[in-house]
Order: sequence, then C-alpha cells, then structure tokens
Amino acid sequence: MMTNPNGIVTQGQFSFLPPLTDVQITAQIKYALGKGWALSVEYTDDPHPRNTYWEMFGAPMFDLKDPAGILMEINNCRKTFPNHYIRVMAFSSVRGVESPTMSYIVNRPKNEPGFGLVRQETDGRNIRYTIHSYATDKPEGERY
Amino acid sequence: MSQIISNNETMKEGKDRYKAGVLPYKKMGYWQPDYQVKDTDLLAMFRITPQPGSDPEEVAAAVAGESSTATWTVVWTDRLTACELYRAKAYRVDQVPNTGEGTKTEAQYFAYIAYELDLFEGGSIANLTASIIGNVFGMKAVKALRLEDMRVPVAYLKTFQGPATGVIVERERLDKFGRPLLGATTKPKLGLSGRNYGRVVYEGLKGGLDFMKDDENINSQAFMHWRDRFLYCMDAVNKASAATGEVKGHYLNVTAGTMEEMYRRAEFAKELGSVIIMIDLVIGYTAIQSMALWARQNDMILHLHRAGNSTYSRQKNHGMNFRVICKWMRMAGVDHIHAGTVVGKLEGDPAMIRGFYDTLLDDHTPQNLEHGLFFEQDWASLNKCMPVASGGIHAGQMHQLLTYLGDDVVLQFGGGTIGHPQGIQAGAVANRVALETMVMARNEGRDIWNEGTQILQDAAKWCGPLRAAIDTWKDISFNYESTDTADFVPTATTSF
Repeated sequence: MMTNPNGIVTQGQFSFLPPLTDVQITAQIKYALGKGWALSVEYTDDPHPRNTYWEMFGAPMFDLKDPAGILMEINNCRKTFPNHYIRVMAFSSVRGVESPTMSYIVNRPKNEPGFGLVRQETDGRNIRYTIHSYATDKPEGERY
Repeated sequence: MSQIISNNETMKEGKDRYKAGVLPYKKMGYWQPDYQVKDTDLLAMFRITPQPGSDPEEVAAAVAGESSTATWTVVWTDRLTACELYRAKAYRVDQVPNTGEGTKTEAQYFAYIAYELDLFEGGSIANLTASIIGNVFGMKAVKALRLEDMRVPVAYLKTFQGPATGVIVERERLDKFGRPLLGATTKPKLGLSGRNYGRVVYEGLKGGLDFMKDDENINSQAFMHWRDRFLYCMDAVNKASAATGEVKGHYLNVTAGTMEEMYRRAEFAKELGSVIIMIDLVIGYTAIQSMALWARQNDMILHLHRAGNSTYSRQKNHGMNFRVICKWMRMAGVDHIHAGTVVGKLEGDPAMIRGFYDTLLDDHTPQNLEHGLFFEQDWASLNKCMPVASGGIHAGQMHQLLTYLGDDVVLQFGGGTIGHPQGIQAGAVANRVALETMVMARNEGRDIWNEGTQILQDAAKWCGPLRAAIDTWKDISFNYESTDTADFVPTATTSF
C-alpha cells in the first residue's frame, strides 16, 4: 500500500485530481489537437519513475485529428489492459521543443503496491539508493 | 519620442584627430549617427542621466568610448591599429518618454551603441562585461547610467555552451510535462540541523512537490555542515520518490568560497544521485560558467539563485536591467534562474517580467518595448532556461500565476507549503491540487483569470488541504508599486 497522501502513483499532469471522465479526457485531447500536437497511448505494468519507455498502444496518432477517434483508442487500450497503467501523451514536433508536451494517467491497477527503497550502505555514511517496484517481482503481464 | 538634433560637430580625421591633448568623444569618432548596424555587431542600450548642462550625444559618445577603446586624452598609438573598427559607435540618442522639463524626473536619454564583434573574447561573460559595464558606470560625465538591454549577435552566442540541460531535457529527465513544476524553499532558512532539515524536504516532496530547495545563504555553517545536509536531503529525496513513484529533487547549494570547494560539493551531490545542484549569482560570472560546464559533463541540472541582483537591477536610473542578467545567464549556461513572480513579495511589474521570461525561453524574441525588449534577439538554438517564481506566493493565486507565467516555470511555495496549518504534506497537496485543477481548467478553455477563484473554491470542496490554504492566505497580496516599469505603454500618446 502506498502511504503518500493519495495512495497512488502520482506521475503525470493530473494525478492529484479525481479520475478523469471521458468528457474531461476529450477536452484535453481537443486542447492538444488545437496546439498541433500528436497524441499517443502508452501502457505499462512497471511504473518505476525512471521507466521512460512504456509500451506503445500503436504509434503516435499523427494523422488522427478527431477527438472521438482518439478517445476510442484510449478506451480500446483500457479494455485490452484493464489493470495496467495507461497514459495519454502529446508530442510537439516544433523546432526547439520536439519532445512530449503532455502526459496524464487515464487508467491504473486496482491495487498499487508502490515501491520500496533499498539502501546499500557504502563507504562512510554514504548510501546507494535503489527504488524497487514491488510489482516487478513478478514477470511482465502477471503483476497486477 | 524626439530624436536629439545633432549640433553638427563632426568627427575629426587624420592629423587633427591625433594631435596631443583632449578632444570631445564625439570628435574622436564615438558618435556616428549615420552608422549602419551590422548583423555581427553587439548592440547595447544605456539609459543615461547626463550631468546638468552636458550634451547627451557627447555623453553617449563618452560611454561608447570608455566601454571600448578610448581613454581621457588622445593617444597617437591608436594609429598603429584598425582603430576605426574597434571604436564603439553611439549611433542613436532618444530622450526617454516622461522625463525632462515639465515632468518629475530629470532628463534621461536612451543611447544606442554598436560594438565590433572582435572586441570580445568568445565564450567569456567576464570579458564581455569588463567592457560593457567595466569603467563606464563610474564616469563623472554621467550622473547615473543603466544598461537596459543588449543584442548579442548569433556568431557570438555560438561561442557559448548555454544551459547545461535546458527546459526540454530537464522535463524529459524528470518525466514531468504540460504543467509548471512545483517547489519550495526549506524554512527556516538558517538554523536547522541536517536531520531536521531533511525532514522538511521529505514532507514537502512526499506531499506532492517536485523539488525542494536550499536557500541562497545555506552553505556550510556551524549549525549544519554541508555533507550532513547533502546526506540527509538525499535520503529524503529517494524516500519521497519511492513513496510517490515520481522523480524528485532537492537543489543542493554548492556555493562555497573557492572553485575547488564547489567542485568537491558538486561531485558529492552527483555521487549521492542528486538530479540538481544550485549556485548563487554572487559566485561570479566565471565561476557560473565553470559550474555550467561541470553540470553539462555530469548530467546535472544547474539552478541559479539571483542573490545580490537587486543591488544593481532594481533602481530605474542606475545599474543594469535584470533582462540583461537573464541574457548573460542563459549564455553562461544555467538551467534555472529566479525571474520574478509578479504577484509575490518581490519586485516585479507584469510586463517587465514577461520580458524576462521570454528572454529565457524563446527561440527568438522580437523587439517589444512594452515588455522592455529594445532589441530583436535570435537565440541561435541555445537551450532554454527555466524561470523560477519564488517569494510570497500561495495556492490561492494559482490562476494569476498560470496566466502571467505560463507552463515553463518552477513555482516555489516556501511559506505557502511549510506554513500550512495542517502540516507540510498538506501544504504540498494544496499547491499541487490547485495547480493541476487550474491547468486542467485552462486546457478545457475556461477563463481562469476571471473564474480562477471559483475554480479553486470548487476544488476546495473535495480537497481539505486546499480549503485550509485558501482560508489561511485568502487576503494576502503584496500590492506595492514596482520601481522597474516599462517606459512605453501601449496607450501612451506622450507629446514633447
């Protein structure tokens, strides 16, 4: 069980808010499309803070400009991976940015066991820290 | 705006020019109203308050002269050099609107000066500043002098590293996109032991902040030596990261008396796995550039606290504008710089602060007099530097902060987190909920400027800590008039 105030992994832009409704997700999709960003859906069962590369639920949707179509992709991913972390990302291809511009979680496992902190005592009072995801003790696909 | 009419004093040439004795700067070639500015020239704009009775053009020429090749008297050795090239040229003098006769302020002039690129050593802020702000500020001919803005040519910018990490890569490393970052400065700023200090860091980060921060004067004092602080803070950072699943950081201030000691502290921060270190502006331009090189080499984000800047940037008639510091610091290579909050406890006119933020973040800043940007500036793909808003801000101002400052900023709520009636974690929750709520509302197309208070009130219905924060600080604002304001306002129809 996670002991932070929300009791959940708080990555992404909106993790301190109640879970987003489809209407709210659609509004955020429209905002991104209005900026000319491409949207993508990614999922994982390894939410380690430095696990950069979640699995892509298809490539970023560079050519899909219809918010309903993008919401459908999000919901397809939720149906396929109901107990994974799923995030929506937006990418800007503008020179000087060329990087993600949005990232928010739209699906989570029912129980989030969180992470342990492994302290390895080294020289003097130095400690080497490892953040260990409890879920990854099990193989991929069997974690939540 | 009226252009001062030249009084037909022309530049002397040949033998006349180099006869031993004293010649007005204008006649020595430092005043050239017809000069055609080159793309490779470095341009500077000074606000000059001449001594009573002085000719503003002569004073502008004196500033050009003393910040480039001139001395007080004619020297024949000029003739051994390509001196026409090396002379800085004052090429334009305008009276500042709303100064001089009939106003409350004595006459001031904007003097534009062009400098040949070869006057400056590549990659050295120290060399650049030794010329531009070296001797001139003490010249008797000027009553007061302020460096307002600079245009740095692309060719010169390309000799600088620029921000070690930059906004884009910082966000990628932290895995935080689409919202301002949240931070807090550990308080009280002096007196906590390392163990007690780390407690504040842990609570703030676990509660939901992205960063905690040392203050500018936390170095290695009797109550807490630096190694203790680093060790306890990194335990707090890692524990909070595990508790939330997010990348967290604490700006470990490595400011010290010598470069050797700063490197030693920076190395230790790296060894402990910190994502970010911090330095103070008072360490000096060269030390800042060295730390920026170190940071690039060691995958470290470099935070700069602008300690000391107000001694020379705040008063409107003398010193230098903070936008120039922003330019130099982006060149010098810092990733974060405190650049104002607009609504907090420190000096800041909204239009001026927008100008600072644009200077730090844009690929290209157009001339914008209302924001105090006197020159167009191409940033030549130098990384972007993240502005930091710190000092007297709280969750109840979130709509104003987001409107004024945008997404690329670190909002630092020190007292607004640690002073929360329900504790530090609750303070952090209040700030993070207020922020995410406001970003979401803005993205949904709501008018957060006008509806902001209601949006926060609605969120406070389900978020107790936000409710408590709003109740505690609802009436707190710092409405003082700014001293550093724009000389140009969009509606002005000033006549002379």
